[in-house]
Amino acid sequence: MQTLTQRLANPTRFMELSARVLPWVTVISAILLAYGLYLSFLDSPPDYQQGQTVRIMYIHVPCAWLSMMIYGLIALSSFGLLVFRHPLADVSAKAAAPLGAAFTFLALVTGSLWGKPMWGTYWVWDARLTSVLLLFFLYLGLIALRSALEDEGAAAKLTAVLALVGVTLLPIIKFSVNWWNTLHQPSTDFTSTVDPSMRLPLLVMALAFTLMFFAMHLKAMRNEILRRRVKALRTQAVMGRDRLAPQAAE
Amino acid sequence: MDMGPHAAFIWLSYAAVTVTVIGLILWLLADGWKQRAELAALERQGVKRRSSH
Repeated sequence: MQTLTQRLANPTRFMELSARVLPWVTVISAILLAYGLYLSFLDSPPDYQQGQTVRIMYIHVPCAWLSMMIYGLIALSSFGLLVFRHPLADVSAKAAAPLGAAFTFLALVTGSLWGKPMWGTYWVWDARLTSVLLLFFLYLGLIALRSALEDEGAAAKLTAVLALVGVTLLPIIKFSVNWWNTLHQPSTDFTSTVDPSMRLPLLVMALAFTLMFFAMHLKAMRNEILRRRVKALRTQAVMGRDRLAPQAAE
Repeated sequence: MDMGPHAAFIWLSYAAVTVTVIGLILWLLADGWKQRAELAALERQGVKRRSSH
């Protein structure tokens, strides 16, 4: 019996399945996002210390969570490419990188905009902020390395190696607030330290953002498969012309 | 909706996320349309995938 990953190894089958799944994921994420925004602005109190600024948390935390989860997905896909040579692994890694860069950028920007009124500064070189900035540069590095190489096979493998080396950054980001004395507060991990009136919007927004990412990722993967088909057809057309040219000359 | 003395920081944060997410969605949709158009143009020229019959 085939496993799910084996069944999805065929790009044509993936295109069929993703065409059916994508509208559902999109609609559910949109509904959750609307509910999350309602809770964030209209059905949650200001924090006793942060005041209304706590509302930035409802978008900052999901972006920060996605910045790490997407990198984890890229590392997993890279492992799938290098070890199992899964045909869709590189498609997944390539499609996720710009999305990861965007959400990491948003985590940095929203964190900065929260930091100014709360800490009195947009930026400090503490371990958490600096390691997330490094993650952002790592995403840019993955995108740049891939686009710098013309040979797609070599680009895929080298990018996968870099992604796996870079995965060491994830535990550093996660535990930086415990290992070092940082200005950034320790992780709450959505635990009981957050009041339920604020935990619910945080959880709903985190779920909405996660589903929104999966919808974007599916769409980006579909685009990448189409791009590879276009490239293959162009090569096929050129090779066909090259074969016909000597016959026409005779 | 009174967002207090730090309203500008709150609205700017939400604006940054909104603009970036909408930008990503538009980029993904445009890329999909572009690839489909190119694929259709190649197929009109008679270039077909070997696996498709």
